[in-house]
Amino acid sequence: MKQELNTLEETVSGDYKYGFVTDIETDVIPRGLNEEVIRMLSEKKNEPSWMLDWRLKAYRHWLTMEEPKWPNVNYPEIDYQDISYYAAPKNKGKLKGLDEVDPELLRTFEKLGISLNEQKRLSGVAVDVVVDSISVATSFKKQLADIGIIFCSISEAIQKHPELVRKYMGSIVPATDNFFAALNSAVFTDGSFCYIPKGVRCPMELSTYFRINTGNSGQFERTLIIAEEGSYVSYLEGCTAPQRDENQLHAAVVELIAMRKAEIKYSTVQNWYPGDHNGKGGIYNFVTKRGLCLGDYSRISWTQVETGSAITWKYPSVILKGDHSVGEFYSVALTNHYQQADTGTKMIHLGKNTKSRIVAKGISAGYSQNSYRGLVRAGKNAAGARNYSQCDSLLLSDHCGAHTFPYIEVKNATSVVEHEATTSKIGEDQLFYCKQRGIDAETAVALIVNGFAKEVMNQLPMEFAIEAKKLLAVSLEGSVG
Amino acid sequence: MLSITNIHASIEGKQILNGINLSIQAGEIHAIMGPNGSGKSTLAAVLAGREQYEVTEGAVTFLQKDLLEMSPEDRAREGVFLAFQYPVEIPGVSTTNFIKAAVNEKRKYRGEEPLDAVSFMKLMKEKMAMLRIDQSLLSRSINEGFSGGEKKRNEIFQMAMLEPKLMILDEMDSGLDIDALRIVANGINKLRNENNAILIITHYQRLLDYLQPDFVHVLYNGRIVRSGTKELAMELEENGYDFIKEEANLITAE
Ligand SMILES: Nc1ncnc2c1ncn2[C@@H]1O[C@H](COP(=O)(O)OP(=O)(O)O)[C@@H](O)[C@H]1O
Ligand SMILES: [Mg+2]
Repeated sequence: MKQELNTLEETVSGDYKYGFVTDIETDVIPRGLNEEVIRMLSEKKNEPSWMLDWRLKAYRHWLTMEEPKWPNVNYPEIDYQDISYYAAPKNKGKLKGLDEVDPELLRTFEKLGISLNEQKRLSGVAVDVVVDSISVATSFKKQLADIGIIFCSISEAIQKHPELVRKYMGSIVPATDNFFAALNSAVFTDGSFCYIPKGVRCPMELSTYFRINTGNSGQFERTLIIAEEGSYVSYLEGCTAPQRDENQLHAAVVELIAMRKAEIKYSTVQNWYPGDHNGKGGIYNFVTKRGLCLGDYSRISWTQVETGSAITWKYPSVILKGDHSVGEFYSVALTNHYQQADTGTKMIHLGKNTKSRIVAKGISAGYSQNSYRGLVRAGKNAAGARNYSQCDSLLLSDHCGAHTFPYIEVKNATSVVEHEATTSKIGEDQLFYCKQRGIDAETAVALIVNGFAKEVMNQLPMEFAIEAKKLLAVSLEGSVG
Repeated sequence: MLSITNIHASIEGKQILNGINLSIQAGEIHAIMGPNGSGKSTLAAVLAGREQYEVTEGAVTFLQKDLLEMSPEDRAREGVFLAFQYPVEIPGVSTTNFIKAAVNEKRKYRGEEPLDAVSFMKLMKEKMAMLRIDQSLLSRSINEGFSGGEKKRNEIFQMAMLEPKLMILDEMDSGLDIDALRIVANGINKLRNENNAILIITHYQRLLDYLQPDFVHVLYNGRIVRSGTKELAMELEENGYDFIKEEANLITAE
């Protein structure tokens, strides 16, 4: 037994491969937060006055709020005055194309395995890239525009499509929603904006790559996706950060809205720097993601593979307002060393015959803590609502923790809510079986973990599934003694 | 091929094997019989390199190499295959993918390129036909929800794919009805050749009717107390293990 644990422990002590810092000139606002900073930020972005007013209102509300203490995570108090709220690669200005992007930055993306040029030519995935506070490049814009799809940074959308932004921003996650959403609303810097017009099926995956580069800065991105009647879009989000000793804050807000018969698929591979083996450093990932199935027969599906961050606090949710609408949540959360994750979803059934499905897979190794927290609510008028939830935990060590907090609130007699949960431990028997077939412990753990997470991985678009599979293996790899 | 000298082994401080000597040549079939708890599975585990078992004395050479020095995965790559008494389930890992990983690990160990998808499928098809295994079994998660017979057949299938030198079959016949037993035994017979050897662990005679061992050994209290030819197995079948036990206890008492 002892030996087995040692082997596993060594197996799961992999290193972070994206921990480099890119040496590019950055424009940074000094640390600290007050109305002056927000004005400065808004001015740098050349924003209209309604945007500034919106930010200030959110900020004033934020001042009255308290940081939530209910998640099952522990961290020293965050000093919000010690963070810089704006950092941008210099000389970005108005980029016309990838050719104008700082070559150092392009090399960074090559290192990360996303060559924008290659992406552009080969894979047919449209990419938006956000470094620190701003969006540096969006590919495929023209082809998308030809069929009426708008895919650009949120900053650009504020300039060019103010009517859409004003109408929908904050309509799903109000600035007053929670502490971090309020903070984000006050200081958000960039993010992606997608608009899919009526009846259009987006012909390619839309993808945004987020990277925090500058030290002592926070990243507060804001994403808004609007799918008009009968449209379809699949959106992918990836994230990494350099390895630093201090913690960095990432507080994003993502809003999705699906009209009648529209479908949005939102996939995330989250690989922010998780901190070192002793729990030093790493990103605090406090994110509010919510989708609104506004129209009848609409569908929103969240898929997430969460391997990074020192702390994850995130509950991608769906409000099922339209009759017959469908919400889905597929999640793999892997924690190692001293990582802490408190993640799950909320499915709020308001319309008739709405359906939701939750598949959450938690993998805990080292001394990490992994919690699933999920709410399923069926309102008075949600006749015939159905939910199925399945939460499975896989433990890889004796020191880690896996916790499940399911909340169920049903306010009508015809709703059916089902919840299943299992906890298992990678068995010495399983490992030995693999070894006896010539498969070493490291490969065996990757195989077993990927098998455990398969149902969720299968939901990811192909290009992402391969990356995510490797990521699970890398997050657990180490030298086997 | 395999030479076991005076092996003593314990688990959690409890001595199980008390000096085993056994030598197996290429092309031979050996059977180890013995009552429950006599240490048969322990011997198999020690040969395969299961970490919880501590070898306190003795040596094992396999193809001129010190087997006990090798990690379990290297033993497998060198050609030791253990068909488990209780094969484990690995949810979500398809049998095909699992076998592909195993085959390619072995090739890597030998400095060979991984098999491409086409060659791998060809090999699979060939072995499936030989053992009359159905495709549907191989696309399911490994051993998950398999019947006893399916698990055993899957072990034999993996064995066919990996082409080991030494095949150790632990209670291959347990839990199999007579038809399944015949299929499994026929499969094993097809895998025999003059370059490999088989070590059958069983406490029944019936599998031996199909496999015709060259030598039969009786294990009792962690020692081989009798060795003979297949007639010994028939003798045991008729008289049970009692006479062996009495004999052994007499010797210990002296
Ligand atoms: N993990 C273990 N801890 C303690 N004793 C064990 C363990 N595994 C096996 N044994 C003991 O070792 C002895 C031999 O077991 P085993 O090799 O499985 O016998 P066989 O296969 O011949 O039935 C038995 O007395 C059994 O109880
Ligand atoms: Mg046994």
